[in-house]
Amino acid sequence: MFIENRQKVSKGFDPLLIVIYIILVVVGWMAVFSSCYDPVSFVNIFDIGTAYGKQLIWIGTSVLIAIGILLIDARIYQNYSYHIYIFFLVLMLLVLIVGTEISGAKAWIKVGGFSIQPSEFMKMATALALAKFLNEGKTSSEKRNIWLLSFLIILIPILIVFLQRDTGSALVFFSFIILFYREGMSGRLFLYGAFAIFIFIFTLYFNEIYAIALLIFIFIVTTLISRTDKKKLIKNAFLLGLSIAFVFLVNIAYNHVFQPHQKQRIESMLGKTSDPKGADFNLNQSKIAIGSGGFFGKGYLNGTQTKFDFVPEQSTDFIFCSIGEEWGFIGSFVILSLYLALIIRIILLSERHRNPFVRYYGYGIAGIIFFHFIINIGMTIGLLPIIGIPLPFISYGGSSLWAFTSMLFIFIKLNDS
Amino acid sequence: MDSFNKKRSYIIIGLMLLIVLIYLIRIFYLQVIDDYYKKSADENALRYITEHPARGLIYDRNDSLLVYNEPVYDLMIVPKELRSFDTMDLCRILDIDKETLLKRIEKARNYSPLIPSTFDQQMSKEDYGYLQEKLYKFPGFFVQSRTLRYYPEPIAAHVLGYVGEVNQEILENDSYYQLGDYIGISGIEKTYEQELRGIKGKRVVLVDVHNREKGSYRNGEEDVVAVAGTPLWSTLSLTLQRYGELLMTNKRGSIVAIEPATGEILCIVSTPSYDPNLLVGKNRGKNYSMLSQDKEKKPLYDRALQAMYPPGSTFKLANGLIGQEEGVINPSSVYGCSGGYNIGNHTIACHHSGPVNLIGAVKSSCNTYFCRAFYNIVSNKKKYKTVQQGYQAWKDHINALGFGKTFDTDLPFESKGIIPSVDYFNKLYNGRWNGNSIVSMGIGQGEAATTPLQMANLLAIIANRGYYIKPHIIRAIGTKDNYSDRFTEKIDAKISSQYYIPVIQGMEMAVLSGTAVSAQIPGIRVAGKTGTAQNPHGRDHSVFACFAPIEKPQIVVFVLIENGGWGSVVAAPIASLIMELYLTGEVKRKDLETNIIAMSLM
Repeated sequence: MFIENRQKVSKGFDPLLIVIYIILVVVGWMAVFSSCYDPVSFVNIFDIGTAYGKQLIWIGTSVLIAIGILLIDARIYQNYSYHIYIFFLVLMLLVLIVGTEISGAKAWIKVGGFSIQPSEFMKMATALALAKFLNEGKTSSEKRNIWLLSFLIILIPILIVFLQRDTGSALVFFSFIILFYREGMSGRLFLYGAFAIFIFIFTLYFNEIYAIALLIFIFIVTTLISRTDKKKLIKNAFLLGLSIAFVFLVNIAYNHVFQPHQKQRIESMLGKTSDPKGADFNLNQSKIAIGSGGFFGKGYLNGTQTKFDFVPEQSTDFIFCSIGEEWGFIGSFVILSLYLALIIRIILLSERHRNPFVRYYGYGIAGIIFFHFIINIGMTIGLLPIIGIPLPFISYGGSSLWAFTSMLFIFIKLNDS
Repeated sequence: MDSFNKKRSYIIIGLMLLIVLIYLIRIFYLQVIDDYYKKSADENALRYITEHPARGLIYDRNDSLLVYNEPVYDLMIVPKELRSFDTMDLCRILDIDKETLLKRIEKARNYSPLIPSTFDQQMSKEDYGYLQEKLYKFPGFFVQSRTLRYYPEPIAAHVLGYVGEVNQEILENDSYYQLGDYIGISGIEKTYEQELRGIKGKRVVLVDVHNREKGSYRNGEEDVVAVAGTPLWSTLSLTLQRYGELLMTNKRGSIVAIEPATGEILCIVSTPSYDPNLLVGKNRGKNYSMLSQDKEKKPLYDRALQAMYPPGSTFKLANGLIGQEEGVINPSSVYGCSGGYNIGNHTIACHHSGPVNLIGAVKSSCNTYFCRAFYNIVSNKKKYKTVQQGYQAWKDHINALGFGKTFDTDLPFESKGIIPSVDYFNKLYNGRWNGNSIVSMGIGQGEAATTPLQMANLLAIIANRGYYIKPHIIRAIGTKDNYSDRFTEKIDAKISSQYYIPVIQGMEMAVLSGTAVSAQIPGIRVAGKTGTAQNPHGRDHSVFACFAPIEKPQIVVFVLIENGGWGSVVAAPIASLIMELYLTGEVKRKDLETNIIAMSLM
């Protein structure tokens, strides 16, 4: 049955993805409206002076972009991947020179009255470039260098984003490890990665002495289990040394490299400090908003917390608060399920596609969307430190909506080819 | 390779499902299980604004206003909402310089950029009116009104009392009060705090994170309207109080006038006094410390309730009553007086001589008679085996007459006075003492000390011929006719009524032809008793106690003038003028009045 389907030249644009897209965008607009709605100053929903009025424009233009993407020949995306990648890279560099600073990050470029954030588009462009590279690399004989070069494709935008002081967006680029994992990168690397994250958190939560003690304990235990193997012992000893060096590195990085507000966010997530009116203000307000929603929510437009600016950035990074407060657990559950359905659908469609380029791209954007929504919601419910990235399709903002729309509809178009 | 990697897609999907599941559990916990956030949310977006009711008004017995409220306006500032504005304009309206303005803004900002703080206190009505017109020009400022106590006449400061901010102790013990609330601290304001304070109202409004009000919550369903404090009708007569304070000009002392049939205090004066308006508003703190630091005048000290004086000769009235009740004297028993009462080689002098009966003794205030009577009460060998028992019997009587204890009435901070216990004298005299050891108490000297209120009450007992109603200051609560039944009990003074007759006869004779002729009022039968309370620190205190008319007493007056000398010189004329005004509605003896007002004894 699958084979039959695959053999068709065109099976049509995937309706499920489009429906989920439409639902998320509509929910997003409603949430933006609710969080900005002020009955006193309300004129109509097209009021350009308000966030919801502007968001209508972003949605309208996004629909045009989506239609445009679906009309263009799918091969264009594959053939011009590198061009798109370079184009946005240049745009990003341009931002560094002539960009506008908004809340600490120099990531915006002003065009007319609107600000555009090229780094949002860069994620999609990187996914395309990476897909193209992997697609070509597979056929070449130099398999060894594939991973290194693919890392480079990711690393360049990460560096620029870092220079723009937009840490949140930089983190998202790490989502490509999902793609790499799927394409055969050693699972051991992920274990090491997970271990590194564990040591990182452990070191910050306790201190370097405890962390080193723990590492030595693990080393002794593993040595006792496999004491006969001398080669393994040396390897373990080497890993131990490396880990201890890492602990010190974490310590130094934390004390000297991290910005005070970043430290604060990490510490508050680890529960080490609590300062609800100061540094933890955002997080606390956010949790209050979501927590007060209850099972069924307060009802649309009945939220008290997500109005009147209690939650900062409530129409952008903290838009989930509005949903949590007004739609309750039911609403939260539906939104999370929709994202999960969207991502799983992309993965399943990617797996089924004959063209590996589509699979690479699909995994790339599935990772990006997953990271975005996991990091965003994770920070609003206090599971992750506060990292300012938008909730895909829902958060207020033109660049973000345009970028995610392009990202998704390019996949829909590619999938149909 | 491909099939191996395809397996990884399930691992990826599995991990994603797991993470989303963890998130859902976390969200479920936040939203459904933990109710901490729901409570926080209420505090966050809803502001419960307390509406402070105006305190109850206080009227006198004739419906004249003694205390009322005036709205005052505070200019509040929310620094965060400030925008650039014409500072000169605001400076002009508030009459401050720019430096002060900037300093106040800075201070407010340091306190909190979001919570309103007071920028200018108690603006005048004119300033408020002017500013209200222009307020739109000054974003970040708003005006808040509250009420302050005002007194149409600067009288009765002690008895009315004053209000002030609640202290930490009250805050901890009484949940009704919040920081910054006002509470009655003394006088009627204190004892009737419950009635006067009213019921605080509550307004629930939605506020945004910047403390900006965004309208009422649920259309005001949960709002509670503040209820103004209950008005009180005092027993005081404004005219009498005012007149009493006028007569006391430049004199130190106290006047207490009571309607004997009801125990209602008609006027209660303590001088030096102060203008109650001083302890209100902007300059309250400054004025309070000024008043409390005036060690010479002690204007805050309520002499009528708290000062303990030797009772002086007016105490002889009590001993005359007790002596009869104890059976040691009767109206016809005559004691000889040779100009003094001898105790060993010490003599208590008497300015009169010749044999007197009780009536004559009261009339002439015979020391010898009352010393002997007191000795016979205490050392009554027929009735009591020991002096201790005899003294205890006297003490029981004197307590029943209202001395040596507080009335627990509606005036705070009464002092008990001093009526020493048996133990006190046992210790003082090593257990070996008799009536003569303490005989000076028989004529109101020695250890005994009483307050003007207690002395006035003794007069009420005599006027009532046997009982008193606790002297009190509030007669009606809520409406003028809603008489309080708190003070209606007739308290028996434990002296048979027939014994009052000779005492009253003596008092009348004192006024007609004895020590108290200066208390006469044309056309009214007055009973009076002078006194001179010995003052170890200076000139004796002038004391006078009286009531009128004898046949149906309507007013008793007790007057004590510190360092006033003989009772008949100052105290008696003052008492007589008070009675004249109360009983006839006017004072005809203008010369006497002028002389008294002009008299300075300070």
